Amino acid sequence: PQLRLSQAANGVPCRGKVLTVDNMNPRVKKVEYAVRGPVVQRAVQIEKELREGVKKPFTEVIKANIGDAHAMGQKPITFFRQVLAMCSYPELLKDNMFPEDAKQRARRILEACGGHSIGAYSASQGIECIRQDVARYIEKRDGGIASNPDNIYLSTGASDAIVTILKLLVRGEGCDRTGVMISIPQYPLYSAAITDLGAVQVHYYLDEANCWSLDVAELRRALNAARQHCNPRVLCIINPGNPTGQVQSRQCIEDVIRFVKEEHLFLMADEVYQDNVYAEGCKFQSFKKVLFEMGPEYSSTVEMASFHSTSKCYMGECGFRGGYMEVINMDPEVKAQLTKLVSVRLCPPVSGQALMDLVVNPPQPDEPSYTTFMKERTAVLAELAEKARLTEQILNTVPGITCNPVQGAMYSFPRITLPQKAIDKAKEAGHIPDMFYCMKLLEEEGICLVPGSGFGQREGTFHFRMTILPPTEKLKVLLQRLRDFHQRFTQEFS
Amino acid sequence: LTSHPEAIIVLPRHKIMKMSVLQEINPNVRNMKPLEYSILAGRLSQIKEELRQGVKKPYQEVLDVYMGDPHKGGVKPLSFVRQVLAACLYPQLVNSSKLPADVRQRAQRLLGRCDGGSVGSYTATRGIPETLIRVSEFITRRDGGVPSNPENIFLSPGSQWSLSILHVLLNPESSPRNGVLSPVPCHNTTTMSVTGLGAVVVPYYLSEEQGWELQVEELHRAMESAKGVCNPIALYIVNPGNPDGHVQSRKSMQEVIRFVSERKLFLLADEVYQDYVFGENSEFVSYKRVLSEMGPPLSDTVELASFHSASKGWMGECGLRTGYMELVNLDPAVMKHIFTMFSTDTCAPVLGQIALDLMLNPPQPGEPSYPLYHMETQNIKNTLAGNGKRAVEVVNSLPGLCCQPLEGGAFAFPKVYLPPSFIQKAKEAGLEPDTFYCSRLLDEAGLLVGPGTEYGQKEGTYHIRFCILTSAEIMEEVLTRLTCFHKQFMKDFS
Repeated sequence: PQLRLSQAANGVPCRGKVLTVDNMNPRVKKVEYAVRGPVVQRAVQIEKELREGVKKPFTEVIKANIGDAHAMGQKPITFFRQVLAMCSYPELLKDNMFPEDAKQRARRILEACGGHSIGAYSASQGIECIRQDVARYIEKRDGGIASNPDNIYLSTGASDAIVTILKLLVRGEGCDRTGVMISIPQYPLYSAAITDLGAVQVHYYLDEANCWSLDVAELRRALNAARQHCNPRVLCIINPGNPTGQVQSRQCIEDVIRFVKEEHLFLMADEVYQDNVYAEGCKFQSFKKVLFEMGPEYSSTVEMASFHSTSKCYMGECGFRGGYMEVINMDPEVKAQLTKLVSVRLCPPVSGQALMDLVVNPPQPDEPSYTTFMKERTAVLAELAEKARLTEQILNTVPGITCNPVQGAMYSFPRITLPQKAIDKAKEAGHIPDMFYCMKLLEEEGICLVPGSGFGQREGTFHFRMTILPPTEKLKVLLQRLRDFHQRFTQEFS
Repeated sequence: LTSHPEAIIVLPRHKIMKMSVLQEINPNVRNMKPLEYSILAGRLSQIKEELRQGVKKPYQEVLDVYMGDPHKGGVKPLSFVRQVLAACLYPQLVNSSKLPADVRQRAQRLLGRCDGGSVGSYTATRGIPETLIRVSEFITRRDGGVPSNPENIFLSPGSQWSLSILHVLLNPESSPRNGVLSPVPCHNTTTMSVTGLGAVVVPYYLSEEQGWELQVEELHRAMESAKGVCNPIALYIVNPGNPDGHVQSRKSMQEVIRFVSERKLFLLADEVYQDYVFGENSEFVSYKRVLSEMGPPLSDTVELASFHSASKGWMGECGLRTGYMELVNLDPAVMKHIFTMFSTDTCAPVLGQIALDLMLNPPQPGEPSYPLYHMETQNIKNTLAGNGKRAVEVVNSLPGLCCQPLEGGAFAFPKVYLPPSFIQKAKEAGLEPDTFYCSRLLDEAGLLVGPGTEYGQKEGTYHIRFCILTSAEIMEEVLTRLTCFHKQFMKDFS
């Protein structure tokens, strides 16, 4: 390989570097993560320019690229923050500004921490009483189906747990290399992790014409094709979906479970949006619940992991990096390896563990904080539902944009029709067409979205992902500007 | 099994269906050495349960000084830090007079830098931009004016730094495999990470008889030993040492820098214990500073990653899981990829980022929180120095235990003489001799310490590691229990 003669920041030629792009881990070079990719990086630059007084056709950048609710003005849940403040500074437990139920939870959490401090390391699997609370929550949510705290692993967001499981399972050389089945479109953490681990990405297409539903025939097609060149062992499914927002039907979940059993696949069920369900007739059901309702033939054999997080739902506490996974039917020897693997990162952030404890153990009807808690929770979810509906409605009035109903999660993933001239122009400049579209949208309207190519889409189709998180008024502005932009764009390249 | 052509081998259903065959998981994970800790942790749980049930023992509770966890060891969190965190979590506190004015101002400023004014939002990939500037200013101050560029600083979720830089350095597809020179003894998370990434740990032995000094001849020997085994590309060094407590001299550091430059190794400098220096003639100086002072060409070419953590310092906030890494002289093209890798994990926990900001920018004289802050930190500092002295004194007074002088760090790592009869008993129990010693110490004295096997040691020698960053009372109790147990142990087995 040719030696790259780049310059370090201090002007010294890099020819003699120990770590170069030629000898670094080649897999890392291929990793991409569109959610924080080039469009977003340019948006950050533009914001800087605006601050410096540079004149633009807009006064602010509306960032609808990342599923970060608080960044877009959503308020934290009061009860959670009260407990966490007291966990942080226990002197506040003596103060009468906080309700008794919040104090009781804070005391319980602190009791479970080393030295009664959230600053102590916890066991690497997570604080035991919190894992017990998580298990109880799962049981309650799933209509009484038993959950064993030993199968619960608290994690640094769901991402940490997802990557850990993949790390455990990816092995083999050549045709025996582990294949990981993931949807197109998908949340690009999966593709990044697959690339980084050198696994083989096996994609199954969701059906855009049918509200992004999953068809088992498509799973089978993808699997059979993949078996020619790799060893598919894992099926990843995101429900409710990201970026598509679809909420799987009961039938579909059962079909997937039957499929993974027949084909001897490990199932990874990413359920971080489980409370974000808006559409009439849609209901979240956990893969675990359905699995167990299908009877022991399935419930005692299918191996799976389910993931949850404090970053989404109604809490939106991304910055805490709280999460957990529940592993089902994992071979004890493999589980021992998993436990060993998680010990390398010592433990997940204790404040995130504490927050997860509150999420699974919220105020009960007979407790003082209940009314306020329910009011806040309901308001957040209702507003999201309204914005989901609004987004779909307005986007569908734009000729050249079609948007499936946003059944759940926090995003819409509309299809955009791009004039051939625009596609050609983009390709000439070495850009992917929807990236070209999004960059132009950013420069002209100050709206930051993520191109569909970052999530995957059928060849010849184009999309973008936008969040439904900006405050309603701002969202309306965004949608309006988007409509104007699209019409202009279509005309410009006609 | 049978030579009959139509024989059908019937396996129990569960054996076919589970991933029970251990070779089905990632061999790199399988090859990671399991922690001796897991053996002891199992027994620890049992003992705690027995105590809860009222089983009579010679102790009422177990003292756990296995990890470098100050809060667990009775060191109190710093009031200033916890007050600011509480106000950031529950911003109503910013307007209340319950907290000192400077606390409230800090919280306000820090919240202003968070999107949506909430610690629940994600931050920029490398960390809150203003905090990165604060970190670089701290580094410059600490290093007597050596400039530090915020662009080269990455805040990460604790020991997760290893995921980014090791991930980039180590090429899992390279043949021969990559190697990382690592000290013996050494805390094990880094070595586990190296193995987990499919690379080889190349040990270099610190000289126990010379106070755990690093002798450059040993580095040469280690490189020789790697010939035909692997291709070393990095050298990992911990200063102040963990578990050895040695603080490197400037001269030794210069030798290391020359060595890595000659041998084209990337230098990984783990400096998380930089605040813990109490040896009479010891002084911490950073690798970056020494490198800079050696001038060009070394200062412009040696590639270095330095690490620090919110888990240490006087704050000791292990549970927040945040640290930073500063990269020096890296190829800009490689930096881009490191950034992308980082972005897939979104960001470090926000509370941890804030704590780091506070740690590196403590209250100054004249500010309302200063007197208490100063008193608390001085107290911890003096206690640590006192504990170090006391530990060495007591340990060296016991027959068969020998501890090198402690210059810094958070641990004592005395050598333990184990009689042949005991070693035999350990073999029968299927345990490493020092792990067996630790398990008996746990059972009989209710004291949990780490066996030297966990960290590596010269063949035929045995050690134990225990944390000295505890309250003075706990240290005294630890030493009392150790004394009592060890005296009896020597009687029983000599």
